[in-house]
Amino acid sequence: MISIKGLHKRFDQLEVLKGIDLEVEKGKVVVVIGPSGSGKTTLLRCLNVLETPTSGSIGIEDQSLDFSSSVSKKAVPPFRRLTGMVFQSYNLFPHMTALENVMEGPITVKKESKEAVRKKAEQLLTKVGLGDKLDYYPFQLSGGQQQRVGIARALAMEPKVMLFDEPTSALDPELVGEVLKVMKDLANEGMTMIVVTHEMRFAREAADEVIFMDGGFIVERGKPEDIFTSPKEERTKQFLRLIQ
Amino acid sequence: MKMFLNSIIADPERVSRLIDIAQSSLQPLLKGAILYTIPLTLITFVCGLILAVLTALARISSVKPLQIIARIYVSAIRGTPLLVQLFIIFYGLPTIGVVIDPFPSAVIGFSLNVGAYASEIIRAAILSIPKGQWEAGYSIGMSYPQTLKRIILPQASRVSLPPLSNTFISLVKDTSLAAMILVTEMFRRAQEIAATNYEFLLLYLEVALIYWVICFILSIIQGRLEKRMDRFVS
Ligand SMILES: Nc1ncnc2c1ncn2[C@@H]1O[C@H](COP(=O)(O)OP(=O)(O)O)[C@@H](O)[C@H]1O
Ligand SMILES: [Mg+2]
Repeated sequence: MISIKGLHKRFDQLEVLKGIDLEVEKGKVVVVIGPSGSGKTTLLRCLNVLETPTSGSIGIEDQSLDFSSSVSKKAVPPFRRLTGMVFQSYNLFPHMTALENVMEGPITVKKESKEAVRKKAEQLLTKVGLGDKLDYYPFQLSGGQQQRVGIARALAMEPKVMLFDEPTSALDPELVGEVLKVMKDLANEGMTMIVVTHEMRFAREAADEVIFMDGGFIVERGKPEDIFTSPKEERTKQFLRLIQ
Repeated sequence: MKMFLNSIIADPERVSRLIDIAQSSLQPLLKGAILYTIPLTLITFVCGLILAVLTALARISSVKPLQIIARIYVSAIRGTPLLVQLFIIFYGLPTIGVVIDPFPSAVIGFSLNVGAYASEIIRAAILSIPKGQWEAGYSIGMSYPQTLKRIILPQASRVSLPPLSNTFISLVKDTSLAAMILVTEMFRRAQEIAATNYEFLLLYLEVALIYWVICFILSIIQGRLEKRMDRFVS
């Protein structure tokens, strides 16, 4: 399903990803943990091609991009549509209502009919528990509600993989649960997901695999119960002690 | 001033003559405003804004030659007096065989001017939109032009509305410079009328008052517009 091979990303002098290899099967949920600055965000951004990797390749379903040679600009937007991105800071469009935020992609990019898109967008917003907030602007919504609109907006493009970059870390504690619930529902429906989060409960309950990243490498990977209860690598142990 | 007032009060005939002139000149002055000042302002503002958006996009583009052309244009316009620019177009170009009528000369001159100043406003507004907005657009598969048009420019236009309104109001007043290149707009008409009856103070005060009323109305509209555009921010 997802196949990342030898992925490197360098910003000028700083090498942030130092060779990431990762396979994810369809329908699996992978949680990525690791200290700040370890390259988690950069990895997700490379998958969504918001950053252009320095070298390596990414394959999703039957499409792949090889960054070792130069990638044509035309190939990027269709590849990008395979993944849906949920940002830490939501990044909703402030001049559009919740409904318009969700409708924007299908209408502008896929040129789908407005009527059909409206129905789909209403269903998606209802699914994330915002059926009664369709005409609210982002500033009228709580952080948790905004993030759920963000999830619905990404889903509206019908991506094959959903990427979440610390989706709850900007939220007040009492709002974290409602977002995690939506994500768990999505996982149960069989969505393939890569989630950067330090919500251990989510990792234990929803993840098929946990990946620990440090210094631009995948240091350790395994089932959540194995990683959390008996990590093998010293760095993983240290990190888990810090966050628990 | 005191002498002027005294001379008026002491001389009822002068008062009624002044009232007469003020009344009879109102119509040609307003005609000048409606036929020239206002159309000139509107046409140049629209042309200028289009030019400004293109210039702003050129300046933030990654294409070096475009950037450089845009920078030179903005710098040249901002670094030279508007009146000199108008003179170059209207009195200068004919010496190399390019003859342009007064009104189109004014349109060209003012449009170039608005284009340069407004491009800086628009550029700053575009740059003020958080990077995350571009990325959110890209992440749902939008292209650069789609993101620009649907996501960035609508937000940038809200940011740039107050400074652009100021540009517009300045433009209304600046069009009086078109009098110098023979456009018979409101101020030129005031000059012409005053030349026949020597009541310079009266006519220039009258024309000033009309500019003031127009700008006052515009500032009210500006306030309303800003309120409306603010509906989607807290
Ligand atoms: N656009 C960029 N330019 C330069 N350095 C960057 C950029 N984005 C991220 N970095 C650097 O890359 C490193 C990894 O960042 P990031 O992927 O955000 O880590 P994480 O999400 O694990 O905290 C950090 O040291 C960060 O400063
Ligand atoms: Mg991060």
